[in-house]
Amino acid sequence: MAVLDVQNLHVFYGQIHALHGVSLSVDKDEIVTLIGANGAGKTTTLGAISGVLPVAEGEVSLDGQPLGKIMPHDLVKMGIVQVPEGRRIFGRLTVEENLGMGAFVRKDKDGIVESRERVLEMFPVLKERMGQVAGTLSGGEQQMLAMARGLMSRPRVLLLDEPSMGLAPMLVEQVFGAVQQVRDQGVPVLLVEQNAFMALQIADRGYVMETGEISLQGSNRELLENEDVKRAYLG
Amino acid sequence: MAFDVIASSYREREKEHTPLGHAVIAGISFGATGIFAALVGILYLFHERWIVAWVPEGAADPSGLTLGQSLLLVFAMWAGVQVARKTGEERLGAACLLGAGAGLVAGAVLCVLPIIMSLVKLRFMFIALTQHLYDMLTSGLGLGLGVVVLLVAGALAGAFGALLYRLSPRARRPIIYALVWMASIGVFQELIQLLAQQEVLDPIREWFFTWDGLRPQGAIAIGLVAAAVIAVWDTTRARLEETFVALPQGQQRLLHGSGVALLLILVLILFPLVAGNFIGQVMLFIGLFILMGMGLNLEIGLAGLLDLGFVAFYAVGAYTCALLTADSPYAIGQRVDWFPMFNWWWAMGMAVLMAVFVGVLFGIPVLKIRGDYLAVATLGLGEIVRVLVLSDFAAPVLAGAQGVLNIPPPYLFTGAAVDDPIELYYIALGAAAVAAYFAYRLENSRLGRAWTAIRDDEDVAQALGINLVNVKLLAYGLGAAFAGLAGAIFATMLTSIYPHSFQLIISVNVLALIIVGGMGSLPGVVVGALALIGLPELLREFGEYRFFFYGVAIVAVMRLRPAGLWPSAARRREMQLEEETRAAVEAQLAAETESGAASSPEGPAR
Ligand SMILES: Nc1ncnc2c1ncn2[C@@H]1O[C@H](COP(=O)(O)OP(=O)(O)OP(=O)(O)O)[C@@H](O)[C@H]1O
Ligand SMILES: [Mg+2]
Repeated sequence: MAVLDVQNLHVFYGQIHALHGVSLSVDKDEIVTLIGANGAGKTTTLGAISGVLPVAEGEVSLDGQPLGKIMPHDLVKMGIVQVPEGRRIFGRLTVEENLGMGAFVRKDKDGIVESRERVLEMFPVLKERMGQVAGTLSGGEQQMLAMARGLMSRPRVLLLDEPSMGLAPMLVEQVFGAVQQVRDQGVPVLLVEQNAFMALQIADRGYVMETGEISLQGSNRELLENEDVKRAYLG
Repeated sequence: MAFDVIASSYREREKEHTPLGHAVIAGISFGATGIFAALVGILYLFHERWIVAWVPEGAADPSGLTLGQSLLLVFAMWAGVQVARKTGEERLGAACLLGAGAGLVAGAVLCVLPIIMSLVKLRFMFIALTQHLYDMLTSGLGLGLGVVVLLVAGALAGAFGALLYRLSPRARRPIIYALVWMASIGVFQELIQLLAQQEVLDPIREWFFTWDGLRPQGAIAIGLVAAAVIAVWDTTRARLEETFVALPQGQQRLLHGSGVALLLILVLILFPLVAGNFIGQVMLFIGLFILMGMGLNLEIGLAGLLDLGFVAFYAVGAYTCALLTADSPYAIGQRVDWFPMFNWWWAMGMAVLMAVFVGVLFGIPVLKIRGDYLAVATLGLGEIVRVLVLSDFAAPVLAGAQGVLNIPPPYLFTGAAVDDPIELYYIALGAAAVAAYFAYRLENSRLGRAWTAIRDDEDVAQALGINLVNVKLLAYGLGAAFAGLAGAIFATMLTSIYPHSFQLIISVNVLALIIVGGMGSLPGVVVGALALIGLPELLREFGEYRFFFYGVAIVAVMRLRPAGLWPSAARRREMQLEEETRAAVEAQLAAETESGAASSPEGPAR
């Protein structure tokens, strides 16, 4: 049974029909990537899953349980956690305080301490910078912090929106390495990316999105070798 | 290309100024500033206040030095400082000569005013150009001698300014402190004399002051003491700091904390006791604004929710208190048989609850509004309460423009009425202390963290599982509680309330005091209220210029201490961060232009 299962999702912005029946699933122990051109509807899909955008039709289930209409903050408690695009860390708080914010929904003090240890193992760069004001971190470090902060709420599934955005190639590699770590630690990831090639390298499966619909899906191998994908996204 | 030429020739010319040219420019600018001050009327207003004053034997009017004259001297001094700085003249004598030149020019520019005034009548255009002003500018000596006095005084002040600039800080600071203290004590002499209105103090007071200002001997004594204190402080400071830093962190904090607490206790608790009713009234007002400041600080400083309608909660608190307690036909207890009359204490509780309720209601329509739009929306909502009270529709219940009269004072358990300003002040102070404790606890609570998060980034806060609706409504509701409390005290302070007591300007004042004190900082609220509410009350006699000074003060604080007078730790960090980023960017830009210039000797490549 899939951890996250999305069936026939429709979303409107006023009159604009942004998603026309999107279906996808994320199993445990896998990275699933959602690639597509600008404006295809990737961010919209994540927003619909995390409850920030109203869903007109369709259903999102977590561990087989249909979610229905649940407020976004309750979805976080249930384990659907999104890391928004653009490295939006709390710039004037320290790294440690940022991580603390990530555990906002939790009240188990011991558990939080333990999660922090684990998160810091995954992102050793952050360990040395716990007292540093987050706004002074480098771009790559900030992205790591954003992911780490998301993990602090102990999600069932992590939704990542373009973690490579605006990063130098070397940093992208670091960040993607961290994403693999997250998966290896048992948190499945839905990875939205424009950088299709890099994303497919680390993903187990992928979906290609075009104007609000899934146009293609398959294992990373299949997609990497697909002629259409090659032409459109891999150059 | 043409622009480059103009710009570079301009830069050349800037460099080409001779030292004398600098002196003339500085003199003209500050002389013009003096003329401006005279034209708008501030100069004469200042002239009416003495700093040093004594009544010579047999004379009716005092002589001495007024605030207005001091202002002109300061302008001339500043011209001297400017020249010394711009020319970078190292030799003391030369610098002083240049300063004298600048001061002379400033004086000469100022002379233009009395000369013109003696030739043509300009009062139809500038109402400030009175005979009194003429007398002031000519020192009452007639045009010829008056002009000489202006020139000589200008030159001396300019030279003095240049001298000050050239002195080492060691020597400069005592002089400046002496002057500033003399001026401040002279300006506030009335207040100080009022405070020293005790028989035992009379001889001392009379030694220092006349009824108009400081006696010369008093001024000199104050100057000497101030200079001595600062000189001693400067020499021992380094050593003190060393010992202080050597202490363990905990003790440092304790020492610092107890020092601040002691000062606050002195000012807030003991001062009004000895100060009499006028000061008591002012302090009471400050207390009300401290309360409101702490409330709005939860909304704006912590949760980042801009609110220009805050006065509405103040009004709700005041009206709730009034309608529950007043000996008036509008009181609910008198209109409705079964409804009891409340005493003030219970009414205060109800006022707080009502304010919370209205605060939450107020929050609902603006939940989804962000940024600038929030300012406009809350502005409108804030006006609604006042307009509603004024409306014909609500007049039968809320008394309309006539207001609710005869609001009783609080009674103590001993049966004594708390009705003079100082006693009420202590109630306000107690309320503020309780409120401060709550605010402090809130700040460091889970809710406080949620507020910080939504202030910094609402979307991320939501993505971390923060319930935006609850958290925002709580910010409005709890912030409103403080204003409701202040409103209840306000109602009994005035014993009658009218809709026009609750204008937009109150919201603006509360916002301004938070900004000046330091966003999100509790001590900042106290400091901000003392500065922005207390000072203008004390400056009341400056009348219509009060808000001018208010504006000047705000601009000055924002320029000199952009994080506020007493910033919160987080804000301080943020400013530091911005500073560092800016420095880094500038350094990079400088490096780039440098390398650019080096690589293309003929000028920047296109
Ligand atoms: N708030 C909005 N109001 C109206 N239309 C919107 C809104 N947000 C997105 N859209 C539209 O919905 C479509 C999908 O947008 P979305 O942001 O999901 O794309 P995306 O795949 O994430 O693109 P990108 O790769 O550029 O981030 C676009 O056509 C966009 O213009
Ligand atoms: Mg997007």
